[in-house]
Amino acid sequence: MDINEFVKKFAEQFDETDLTEFKVDTKYHELDEWSSMTSLAIIAMIDEEYSVKIKGDDIRNSKTIEDLYKIVESRK
Amino acid sequence: MAIFTIPHVKINGISACVPKNTIRSEDESVLVGEGAQNFIKMTGIEQRRKADDMTCSSDLCVASAEKILADLKWDRRDIDLLVFVTQTPDYPIPATACTIQRRLELPSSCCAFDINLGCSGWVYGLSVISALLSRGLKKGLLLVGDTVLKFSSKEDKSTYPLFGDAGSATALSYEPSASGLSFDLNTDGEGYKAIRIDDGGYRNPVTKESFVVHERENGIKSNQLQMKLDGMDVFSFGISRAPESVSNLLMANKLTEKNIDFFLFHQANMFMNEKIRKKLKLPAEKVPYSINKFGNTSCASIPLTMVNNLHAQLISKDLTIVGCGFGVGLSWGSVLFTTEKIIVPELLEI
Repeated sequence: MDINEFVKKFAEQFDETDLTEFKVDTKYHELDEWSSMTSLAIIAMIDEEYSVKIKGDDIRNSKTIEDLYKIVESRK
Repeated sequence: MAIFTIPHVKINGISACVPKNTIRSEDESVLVGEGAQNFIKMTGIEQRRKADDMTCSSDLCVASAEKILADLKWDRRDIDLLVFVTQTPDYPIPATACTIQRRLELPSSCCAFDINLGCSGWVYGLSVISALLSRGLKKGLLLVGDTVLKFSSKEDKSTYPLFGDAGSATALSYEPSASGLSFDLNTDGEGYKAIRIDDGGYRNPVTKESFVVHERENGIKSNQLQMKLDGMDVFSFGISRAPESVSNLLMANKLTEKNIDFFLFHQANMFMNEKIRKKLKLPAEKVPYSINKFGNTSCASIPLTMVNNLHAQLISKDLTIVGCGFGVGLSWGSVLFTTEKIIVPELLEI
C-alpha cells in the first residue's frame, strides 16, 4: 500500500474541494465538503480499492487521512 | 453457512398496500440546511408514504391479505399458517398475528405468530413459512410490513427522510411438484447497535428520561424511544454482506446472473444499492428500484418492489428471481425462487 495513492483516491471522492487541499496530515472532518455523504463515498472507496471494511467509529475517531490509512493498512 | 433448499412450496400471489399520504423529500424540514436536492441525488428518494396515527402496519397487511385472498379465490378454511413480520406490532402483547387471524376470519386450526425482523424480514419470513408448508400444511400467508416513521424522529435527518410505511401479503402453498425455494440466511449480532431503539423494552424500561430529546449531531435529534441509525456502519455492512450472500446462493445452486430474470434488493438507499449491484456486476435492467417513490420501507421493500415494478412480468411470465434483504440485527439473507404467472393485484392505497 502506498499512502500517496491513498490520499489521491481519498481526494477523488470530493467534487468541490481542490485536490491540493488533500495531504497526508489533512484533518478531513474540518473540510467544508465533508458530510455524511462523502463519508459513505470514502467507505465505498476503501471497500472497492482495498477490500477492507471500515466502520463508522473508524471514520469518526480518525483525525487525519494518515490515521485512516493506518487502519486500512492494519486490516489488509 | 445457512444455505438450504425447501422443496414442494410455491408462491401463488403477492400484494402490497401503502398509505395514501405522500411526503416529498423537497418539503422535508430537516433537510433544509443539508439541501434536499443532494439528499435526493444520493438516496434516490423523491417521496414516500406515511401512515396516519390511526393506521398500523397490521392494517396495511390486512388490506393486502384481503385483496390477495379474494383474487386467488382461496377458501379461508384452507389456511393453516399465518406469519406476521414486523417491528411495529399493534401491542407489546399479544402477538399481532393472533389479532390478524381473527380479522381475516381464518380458522382456529391456523398456526399464527410474529417475527421481529426488519429489512431481512421478507426473506426470513419466506424461509419459516416454506419450511412449515413443505411438511404438508396446505396454504400459508406471509404478512410483512412496517410503519417505521412512527418511531422515527422528524428532527433526525439520518432516519426520518429515508423511511416510508408499507405492508404486503405473500400467499404460498404446498405443491408436491414445485421445485421450492433456496435460502442463504445470516446474522451478525456484533452490529446490534447499528440500528436500534434504546428504551421501551425490559433492558431499559421507559422512564421520564426516555422522552428527553438529545441532539447527537447537527440535524440528528431524537429521544430514547426513537430509532437511532449509524449510517456508516450500515452502509459498510450492506455493501459487503449483501453481494456476498447473493454470490453464495447462486454458487450453491450452480447458477449465474444469466439464469436470473430479476434481482430484488431491499431498498436501502440508491447509493448503497448501486454499489451492491455494481459489485455483483448485474445489469441495471435486472435490478428494479421502487425507492424513488416509497423510500426504505423496511421488511416490505422487496414485495412492494415486486408489486410496483414487476406487476406486468409477474402476471404474464414464468420468472426466476433472487431476493436479498439486509439490515437491522444485523441480519441478512437471500432467496432464490421461481414464479409461474402468479396473481399480483395492483398496488393498494388506504
